[in-house]
Amino acid sequence: MDEALKELGELIVTALDNEVTGYDIAHGELTLHTRSSCILKVLKHLRDDSHCQFKILIDLCGADYPERPRRFDIVYHLLSLTLNQRVRVKLETDEETPVPTARDIFSAADWYERECWDLYGVMFSDHPDLRRILTDYGFQGFPLRKDFPLTGYVEVRYSEEHKRVVYEPVKLVQEFRSFDFMSPWEGAQYILPGDEKAADENGQS
Amino acid sequence: MSDVELKNYNLNFGPQHPAAHGVLRLITELDGEIVERVDPHIGLLHRGTEKLIEYKTYLQAVPYFDRLDYVAPMNQEHAFALAVEKLLECEVPERGQYIRILYSELGRIANHLLNLTTHALDVGAMTPILWGFEEREKLMVFYERACGARLHSAYFRPGGVHQDLPPELLDDIGEWCETFPVILADMETMLLGNRIFKQRNADIGIVSAEEAFDLGFSGPPLRASGIAWDLRKAQPYDGYEKMDFDIPVGKHGDCYDRFLLRIEEIRQSLRIMRQCLNEMPTGPVASLDRKIVPPKRAEMKRSMEALIHHFKLYTEGYKVPEGEVYAAVEAPKGEFGVYLVSDGSNKPYRCKIRAPGFPHLASMNFMAKGHMLADLPAIIGSLDIVFGEIDR
Repeated sequence: MDEALKELGELIVTALDNEVTGYDIAHGELTLHTRSSCILKVLKHLRDDSHCQFKILIDLCGADYPERPRRFDIVYHLLSLTLNQRVRVKLETDEETPVPTARDIFSAADWYERECWDLYGVMFSDHPDLRRILTDYGFQGFPLRKDFPLTGYVEVRYSEEHKRVVYEPVKLVQEFRSFDFMSPWEGAQYILPGDEKAADENGQS
Repeated sequence: MSDVELKNYNLNFGPQHPAAHGVLRLITELDGEIVERVDPHIGLLHRGTEKLIEYKTYLQAVPYFDRLDYVAPMNQEHAFALAVEKLLECEVPERGQYIRILYSELGRIANHLLNLTTHALDVGAMTPILWGFEEREKLMVFYERACGARLHSAYFRPGGVHQDLPPELLDDIGEWCETFPVILADMETMLLGNRIFKQRNADIGIVSAEEAFDLGFSGPPLRASGIAWDLRKAQPYDGYEKMDFDIPVGKHGDCYDRFLLRIEEIRQSLRIMRQCLNEMPTGPVASLDRKIVPPKRAEMKRSMEALIHHFKLYTEGYKVPEGEVYAAVEAPKGEFGVYLVSDGSNKPYRCKIRAPGFPHLASMNFMAKGHMLADLPAIIGSLDIVFGEIDR
């Protein structure tokens, strides 16, 4: 399995040595790394090349890594029925840099890109209809970013007074609990309650 | 008659409509009765499942998958379990695999029964839903007897299944497999030759194979377009390679073909279920790796180590090695996939759920263009839309 993937990876990298910056194989899956400016060329090659024929765009999604300078990963999953193989294409981007839309290569990308814009705020250039798709009408913010709180910012209720649904800032009855499961034996970085002073003294001394 | 400027008519369909199969809002642009453009508005059932999963341990994430496609809940859990097992490199014992296959196929039949009968209802046939739901109810009882819940089962967990089946259950399922085909055949005779049913479905919403690729189709809609592609055969998981079944394929890719194909899939699922029942091995149903699968309660009362494992696994959970995987199963609606990124902690870093209904619904505009307004329910019905998974 891995041999065939390696062969395929080599083949793609040789054909697209300017566009694909590298590939790796883990858990029996092939991942190609590319840049956002080359993505259309890569996808087109993967779809049309007779050795690839990845004709179905299975999935397109984002992932957020806020500690990186280019914080977002855009991940494409393609499937080839003739090869019976899958390939994952990854590229990095940030809040400002738009990614070219893959809509002209795979129609399925249309809604996936809208979803990615909705949840992560990644822009797709030349997308004709980049509206929000999953969140509420008039929603603010990008909920799947790591800095967006799980509880969100607004909540809705039906107001008897206004005879309509009103939006209000979230009021939590109980403070949001985030459990820390890091074991102190595995090098946890936090300071235990009551130990603040000891840490201060250690830090200064 | 002087020149009258004719304007297209915009019609708002839904969000609450019996033929919308959930909370689907369609903004349709009509030229008379001809559909010019459809703009589906989704997300009215968005619950932020992916975000919630990022804040839960791997075991706590399992029940969210029941709430995606609530028509066949166990099939969704299967994909998540496979993804986690792939990262953990954990093996499921053979009995666990057989139970998973048995219940996946049971879920497939439950799903198709709901879809076929409501599709028939949408185009005007009332009786099938009454017959089909009686059978579906029996399937729900089988669900309940295995895991204690009719819908939200949380039964397929990483490492295997939660608990073993009661011994009489297999016999009862076997008995049902013998009586059910009669009812299926009745339903078929009533519907398939029916003139009205054919008029409402044949040649509606045709999708060719190339178009199906482009639109990202999978599962029954892809097979109805003539592509013999089934993940259970092509990329078998959890012992499907041992099962003997055929993949039905459609010819025209219209609503009628998708309907017929699902009926045939029910038959094939019955075949797989019978084979599972006949060959059901004995042994454990979940991995014996105590760092992943918690011990049973009885054991916990006697062994200190089991108690520690039980406590640790139900509070902190297990840590999953760093990495990313994509695992997919052939869910009743198509390819249901989970893209899981782990950062080495006890919670998923990112869990993207690839719902089969999402690209299918995205093609509404393409499929409905040029058809009559009355054909929309037939198209929606034949796509097998459930909003739990589309909106996530």
